[in-house]
Amino acid sequence: MSKFKKKKSGGTPAISTASLPDIVFMLLFFFMTATTMKDSDLKIENTLPKANQTAKLHKKQYVMYLYAGKPNERYRSSLGGSDRIQLADKMASTADIKNFVILERANRNSEDEKYLTASLKIDKNVKMGLVSDIKLELRKIDQLKVNYTTSQGNPVE
Amino acid sequence: MARKERGAPPEVNAGSMADIAFLLLIFFLVTTTIGVDQGINRLLPRYEPNPQVPIVNEKNILTVLVNKDNQLLVNEKLVDIKDLRQTAIDFIENNGDGTCSYCLGKKDPNLSQSPQKAIISLNNDGQTSYGTYIAVQNELVGAYNYLRDRECKKRYGMTFTEMDYIYNDPASKATEGLVDDLKPKVEKIQELIPMRLSEAEPKKN
Repeated sequence: MSKFKKKKSGGTPAISTASLPDIVFMLLFFFMTATTMKDSDLKIENTLPKANQTAKLHKKQYVMYLYAGKPNERYRSSLGGSDRIQLADKMASTADIKNFVILERANRNSEDEKYLTASLKIDKNVKMGLVSDIKLELRKIDQLKVNYTTSQGNPVE
Repeated sequence: MARKERGAPPEVNAGSMADIAFLLLIFFLVTTTIGVDQGINRLLPRYEPNPQVPIVNEKNILTVLVNKDNQLLVNEKLVDIKDLRQTAIDFIENNGDGTCSYCLGKKDPNLSQSPQKAIISLNNDGQTSYGTYIAVQNELVGAYNYLRDRECKKRYGMTFTEMDYIYNDPASKATEGLVDDLKPKVEKIQELIPMRLSEAEPKKN
């Protein structure tokens, strides 16, 4: 009886999968923390224009979002084909911006209020007439910090 | 059949744990959008029903007109958007009266006297598309950023865009003295090269 028995050749050793759940969980936690959920369902087209002189927006708690664009294909029959504003989940007119800003401010700490930025997510085909109406409303309610949210890229091809 | 000993607790089968974790993982993978929003930060002027019109020397104004066909007219000359940034830089640091020690301008008598006096006036048509507006904004902000970054790098060894972001970030309050340290620097650069970008209400058709 020899102490060093030769292993039987042929059968490949099984790979241990005991650590597989750990690896998967690690990935899971990464994606869970890195995820930002979309909170409003857009009923409008929203292709942002390109720009490269941009700054990053601060944390979400300091930002409110205003959307504008043409209604999507499937909403076009009910909403029409001209440029519209969307605030949170609802279609809105320029007159609603005032209440929206007040509501957004009320939802924040009074300390955070001065950092509150309006992020304008406007489709690149929207006409400037509507954009300046939005800006005028924001100025009237003293929401002066705005961010023209864009996608990254060079606007001059 | 022999019964198991009472003390030993039954084992939970953990074989399906990996499957459950995979399911969750795939859900988060699909719903994830990584990446922060970026954009051009601007401060709107306060609303005044009857704005006062300050008296400004003609040569200190660079008028940028954008028409409904998205064409640019800069100081009454048709200009391609590719050349707008350089035109704006030349205008701002022109240094007509020779008081600006950090400018590299050509001292053209028809352009601005000093960066403090230079004003860029932007006029849109109501039918201009937002994409063009952003492109023009981008180029003009780019011109200011270029001059500010150059000056800031020379004085403090970091770009102004970087410094301004840290200064305005609410999270910087946590670091003792950081905001107070940056405040005079940011204000100095803003004083040397103020961003005077005025926008007129678009003409309604």
